[in-house]
Amino acid sequence: MNRRKGDSTMNSSFPDIRFEVGKVVSDFVDWIDTTFEPLFDFIFQIASSTILGIEDGLLFLPWWVFLAIVFLLGWRFKSISSGIMYAAFMFLVGTFGLWAVLMTTIAIVLTSVVISLLLGIPLGVLMAFSKGFSVVMKPILDAMQTMPSFVYLIPAIFFFGLGNVSAVFATLIYSLPPVIRLTELAIRNVDSEVIESAESFGSSRWQMLKKVQLPQALPTIMAGVNQTTMMALAMVVIASMVGAKGLGEQVLIAINRIDIGLGFEAGISIVFLAILIDRITGGIASRFQRQKEAK
Amino acid sequence: MSENIKMKVQNISKIFGPKPKSIIPMVQEGKEKDQILAETGHTVGVYNASMDIKQGEIFVIMGLSGSGKSTLIRCLNLLNKPTDGGIYVDGENVVEYNNAQLKKYRQNKIAMVFQHFGLFSHRTILGNVEYGLEIREVPKSERREIAMKNIEIVGLKGYENKYPDELSGGMQQRVGLARALANDPDILLMDEPFSALDPLIRREMQLELLDIQERLQKTIVFITHDVNEAFKIGDRVAVMKDGKVEQIGTPETILEHPANDYIEDFIADIDRSKVLQAEHIMIQPNALVSLKDGLKVAVKEMKDNGISSVFVVDRQRHLQGIVTIDDAIEGIRDKKSLEDVLITDVNTVKRDEYVNDLIPKALDSKFPLAVVSDDHRVEGFILRVHVLSGLIGDESEQEEPVQAGV
Ligand SMILES: Nc1ncnc2c1ncn2[C@@H]1O[C@H](COP(=O)(O)OP(=O)(O)OP(=O)(O)O)[C@@H](O)[C@H]1O
Ligand SMILES: [Mg+2]
Repeated sequence: MNRRKGDSTMNSSFPDIRFEVGKVVSDFVDWIDTTFEPLFDFIFQIASSTILGIEDGLLFLPWWVFLAIVFLLGWRFKSISSGIMYAAFMFLVGTFGLWAVLMTTIAIVLTSVVISLLLGIPLGVLMAFSKGFSVVMKPILDAMQTMPSFVYLIPAIFFFGLGNVSAVFATLIYSLPPVIRLTELAIRNVDSEVIESAESFGSSRWQMLKKVQLPQALPTIMAGVNQTTMMALAMVVIASMVGAKGLGEQVLIAINRIDIGLGFEAGISIVFLAILIDRITGGIASRFQRQKEAK
Repeated sequence: MSENIKMKVQNISKIFGPKPKSIIPMVQEGKEKDQILAETGHTVGVYNASMDIKQGEIFVIMGLSGSGKSTLIRCLNLLNKPTDGGIYVDGENVVEYNNAQLKKYRQNKIAMVFQHFGLFSHRTILGNVEYGLEIREVPKSERREIAMKNIEIVGLKGYENKYPDELSGGMQQRVGLARALANDPDILLMDEPFSALDPLIRREMQLELLDIQERLQKTIVFITHDVNEAFKIGDRVAVMKDGKVEQIGTPETILEHPANDYIEDFIADIDRSKVLQAEHIMIQPNALVSLKDGLKVAVKEMKDNGISSVFVVDRQRHLQGIVTIDDAIEGIRDKKSLEDVLITDVNTVKRDEYVNDLIPKALDSKFPLAVVSDDHRVEGFILRVHVLSGLIGDESEQEEPVQAGV
């Protein structure tokens, strides 16, 4: 623990008081790991089989069916020319020899997003309903968003070892906050007269949530899905450091080998995928938004 | 009291602030709203309000912005829980209801129409109107049928698959009305339902509400800050100021006997001829001549009452016509009968016609207007001067000559 010398003169250096918060945290994580091991195993099983399932499904599709789906989505939510462009992007990725790797990345992103929504929407609803819970959650969410994303990799490896599941876990922590925040915001912002009118008909709390608040909040929640998906994608490269397969891994390999060609191909593939996902989810979100604004 | 009281509001107070209950003693002592706000920081929304709302009437609550109208009406379905007091509907104090009872009450007895419509933008018109029934778990086919019937009542047939944002404001409020009616509530609460609408649409909606009310006979509590609207549709009107109810009465009573200066100011610019009806300005038919009485009796009657024409009726008081003093004297000279000189072409009016609508008839006639019942029985008459004087402004209430004269 011999830090930098220099404490000989004056009080210019910090006194030798040491609160080892890092150790406390690591003990805590240790404790969590041993205490909840069965739980983590369970989560691991579910997550890994989900990712594998999606990945196998995507790889099972003939390549041209996948391109057709991309085209149709682009056409439906953007325009016909966008549809053609997105399909062309994916085709290019295939020509780089990165098709299977692309499918892995999509599987990881999809799994993370789905789990984010499954966790984030209920948490957001709880925050909207309970002031206390909201007050507790807000700083946690702030921390989750400001903490360098690399940090999440450590507990991820710790709980789930190297591999795709760790990647999903780290991605999840990073991409969860926007869903939670936007869900809370959306539910709180539903027009109070609309809420009151539902109340005046004798709706139960559950009916109110299901029939009025969630549908009214949907456009804003969809904007959250867009953000979350983009963040999940951004996490892909970073997550490859904990052994995630996919495009990120290719980038990492390229860095290690200083292989500019591979680095460019994998990098541009990520950019293509980002454009595609952003435009399509954005298109879906703005479709909902338009419905709401026309009110 | 002969009429049924549907809803009895008893000493309701609603106070906003951190410790509303602690303010009740001050309210009971009679401290003013401003004073309470200055001393404790609590806002008194409604201040010790009581009113009896009768079965089947349109009860209007009127007052300036901030006078507590919304706060009060929202107490009636407990969107606001009153800080103090009781609200009795069919004899039960709804303020003391638990959650389950409250849900039942809202589902079955009371529905509300909102100022900005409060429609569900994610549902079609049909989906909106069905909402209350859906909440009550009415089977799908049945609720569809009920919803369609109510969409038709408000005149929106053909629009059921549109979304609210595809409709104009007036149409949206019809949806709000249909949605409330679909639940078949006993009591309908309407918080400034028409004030977001254009004047023209607004008038149309008012008439339509009266029309629907005629058919359905709900008990309606209606809020407005517009005196003309209040007096047009209200069977009775409560005037609020600073959370207090200042006066409750029929539009005529309030017009004729305003309880204080505030209300007098409030009603100053109202057009009386659109509020007062024939029965409010008619005179008792003291001087009447029966057909069989003959001309001499008619002349005597006119002389005794100091009038120059008199209405003639049969034995059941059915109106036969009018006879003037000139015709009567000439008739006696020429040995004619009463029937010979009778003028049968008399303008008649019904007792519930608005004074405003009598003006053409009054201009058109030389004689007083006869107020008759549906079977043509004379109930009173109206001097032309009382109708027409309104045209040149309010000439203050002079005492009428006691007897009918022309
Ligand atoms: N939720 C609330 N919290 C605090 N004060 C309130 C609340 N609701 C109403 N008030 C206050 O109660 C008083 C009465 O308000 P209310 O909305 O009932 O008036 P109103 O007669 O309906 O007016 P308007 O015509 O503008 O709708 C006002 O002083 C208002 O500021
Ligand atoms: Mg109001």
